Amino acid sequence: MTLSIEAKKVIDFGVFLFLLFMGAVSVLVTFAIVWVLVVDTVRFFTHPEGGGFPTSLLRFFTETQWTPTFYNKQIGIWPLVNGTFLIAFISMVVAVPLGILVAVYLSEYASWKVRETVKPWLDFLEAVPTVVYGYFALLFITPLLQKMLEPFGIPVEGMNALSPGIVIGVMILPYTASMIEDAFKGVPQYLREASYSLGASKLRTALFVVLPAAKSGVLSAYLLGFSRAIGETMVVAVAAGMYPQLTANPLEPIQTITGYIVQVALGDLPFNSFEYLSIFAAGFMLFVITLILNSVAVYLKSKAVGY
Amino acid sequence: MVNPTKMLEERKAGQSTGTANLKIEVKNFNFYYGSYHALKEINFPIYEKRVTAIIGPSGCGKTTLLRAFNRMHDLYAGARYEGEIVIHPDGANLVDRKTDPLKVRMRIGMVFQKPNPFPKSVYENVAYGLRIRGVKNKKMLDEAVEGALKGAALWEEIKDRLDANAYSLSGGQQQRLCIARAIAVEPEVLLFDEPTSALDPISTAKIEDLIVELKQRVTIVIVTHNMQQAARISDYTAFMYLGELVEFGPTEKIFTKPEKKLTEDYITGRFG
Amino acid sequence: MEQSIEAKRNNVGLKLKEFDIEGYTSSVRRRDKIFEIVGLLSTFLVLLFLFAISVDLLIDGWSRIKDPNFYKSYPSRFPEEAGFLSSWVGTIYVMAGAIFWAVVLGIPAGIYLEEYGGKGKIARIIEANISNLAAVPSIVYGLLALGVFVYRFKFGESVLTAGLTLGLLMLPVVVVATRESIRRIPRSIREAAYALGATRWETLLHHILPYSLGGIFTGLIIAASRAIGETAPLITIGALTFIAFLPPAPWEDFFGMLMSPFTVIPIQMYNWVSRPQEAFHTNAAAAGFILLVIALLMNSVAFYLRFKVRRKYQW
Repeated sequence: MTLSIEAKKVIDFGVFLFLLFMGAVSVLVTFAIVWVLVVDTVRFFTHPEGGGFPTSLLRFFTETQWTPTFYNKQIGIWPLVNGTFLIAFISMVVAVPLGILVAVYLSEYASWKVRETVKPWLDFLEAVPTVVYGYFALLFITPLLQKMLEPFGIPVEGMNALSPGIVIGVMILPYTASMIEDAFKGVPQYLREASYSLGASKLRTALFVVLPAAKSGVLSAYLLGFSRAIGETMVVAVAAGMYPQLTANPLEPIQTITGYIVQVALGDLPFNSFEYLSIFAAGFMLFVITLILNSVAVYLKSKAVGY
Repeated sequence: MVNPTKMLEERKAGQSTGTANLKIEVKNFNFYYGSYHALKEINFPIYEKRVTAIIGPSGCGKTTLLRAFNRMHDLYAGARYEGEIVIHPDGANLVDRKTDPLKVRMRIGMVFQKPNPFPKSVYENVAYGLRIRGVKNKKMLDEAVEGALKGAALWEEIKDRLDANAYSLSGGQQQRLCIARAIAVEPEVLLFDEPTSALDPISTAKIEDLIVELKQRVTIVIVTHNMQQAARISDYTAFMYLGELVEFGPTEKIFTKPEKKLTEDYITGRFG
Repeated sequence: MEQSIEAKRNNVGLKLKEFDIEGYTSSVRRRDKIFEIVGLLSTFLVLLFLFAISVDLLIDGWSRIKDPNFYKSYPSRFPEEAGFLSSWVGTIYVMAGAIFWAVVLGIPAGIYLEEYGGKGKIARIIEANISNLAAVPSIVYGLLALGVFVYRFKFGESVLTAGLTLGLLMLPVVVVATRESIRRIPRSIREAAYALGATRWETLLHHILPYSLGGIFTGLIIAASRAIGETAPLITIGALTFIAFLPPAPWEDFFGMLMSPFTVIPIQMYNWVSRPQEAFHTNAAAAGFILLVIALLMNSVAFYLRFKVRRKYQW
């Protein structure tokens, strides 16, 4: 059976519309995320249990405790933000030096063979379920830290920020390192050759030529890694505790934004309850933080091209 | 058809005086990329403080040969050298497995086809090689940078902009900056890989004058696809074809009385 | 003036000629070597971490991994009797849904962006969106699903909601994989088809899709291997952790299956790991090890497939 040209044209247009529609759905997803977060956050701030607008907004940013699930409701977001950033900073302490070392090694030093063997395993590290990392943090790293630090009289609580922080640092490392590697790959080979032709060593070339040339790409990689650490949920839900507090001590239990969402979601949630709405307000905060980080990262990355 | 004798009329090289000492000897040199035999049994001398041009059609292996002199191929997997490239006076074999490519590059500088300054200031570009060699004294660096920029005929144009990013310079200036960067560390030999192919005619003329001047100080090997350029600036010419060296001799002789038919065909523009 | 510069130059030159190349290169080489070892060690450290996780899970969970009842039993108050039957069955249903949605939405979106999008405004908006979506924390997808699918669409805490949620989570990866494998097909192939009078969709159906399917499939498996371990968005939609029944089989009651409550392996594992009794940790380790094996298998398949695709189409 052969179709007439007119029929074919109609089909052609139909296919186009179908594909366009499916592409548009992805935009819809973003809109839906923003819409849900905004609507339910507004409902949170106008809810009588929070004091109603604008009192609730003021309390959100000025109170120092986060207890929307208690009888005595305090809704200061800072303890959660504090816990979130504490964990993310600890993870960056691990991921920043290791990330650059691994990336420089793989991109400038390792032979093709080593790289081809190591890369799939690094990729696999990204596919390890986060709840597995959580298990490892709680039942391997924490006991290990206790054994190492307690002889020196440093008490390590069973739930703490340090252990999940370290684990998240290793978890985001393959992602960060491979983005740094991509940034290094973007550095034109002729710059390396110029350096080598003057008698420079590999280390010198990597640190003084390749790294400066790739710096916005490297920074972008770190920001995206940081953003991932901030949005990471299961490791902190398992190993960081459920105690939102304003502390910089990594050996105490804390709670992150994501950890709070999990804690509340595990309970029973009536649709319009204050507790239900509070996870949207917290989630909105998380979304805004990661959106800012990602946007800066994307901007830096776009600046990275051009030699 | 081109008249090769005409090309020699524009010669800038002039007569080099005195006897030329041997600087580098290429002996039975072979080069492989993996299993591909890229350079076959190359033999020829390079004389001290003279300009030696390597010419030939594209793909003949001239750049590959040039990059063997400072072991650039070592940066990539699968490169293999056979035979010798001996540098005088010490008689070291540059392509010996035991010779550290770093040491080779300390003695032999290179200027590339496309200007490739680092994305740093003019000053830092020129000082880079000295810093590598551990020079920290600011006064010494200043003097060396000034000397190198003067040597590269760039000083007058650039002396007020030493802190400007190298990418703000014009293409021709960038290439002269790369030359300054290379001569700042006083190499014994300077390799040029088609240094003017990305430049306009005026910048090209400046670079050519510079090369002729630089031979007072340093031995020069230049790869060029432009025969006129070879005729203008070189003292010796090597003609390569399909990975082999066809003929080597004084430039005047290659351009007027070549011994091989293939050389003559190429020089007169019958192919290539 | 010129003379003095020449003199200065010689001065520096002299210094450089006195310069100890031998000593310099050996010290620089040593530093290079040291860094190489440090770099290798840190890479090794990261891989060691992976190794430690696997061994830790295997040792902790071995008594349950080797116990056939573990695979055949429902969760229980008694750790020795508890199994993960309902969660592995749930994982299969949920993943089937997720892959369905990712394919249905992701592949057409990818084709649109690569083949029709060009550099137009709509295409740019969609493209920016996809890259934004890829960076949204997974738990935010959970909030989306909770607010929209569970409460506003009234799908409840069901297999359907979970499949949709994970499908959306997989979407960016599938879109990017689709685009990349289409991009690898040279323009000449398209032109050959058009020159023979083929329309756009014919070219698409006969050439573009078949040649890029391997690459798309690879991306799909990678995305699925990540989604299968996702816990946070499913907890957020209120997935139950104690499920002592199976959803109805789809061939008996498809709609009932879609609307059935469910649990999945990572949620079951989370439930076990957060219990205070150590005996439950053994179960958690067993479930974790099984998850790890599944992820490894899926990644190996993807790796092999990518290798095959590269071999088959060398444009």
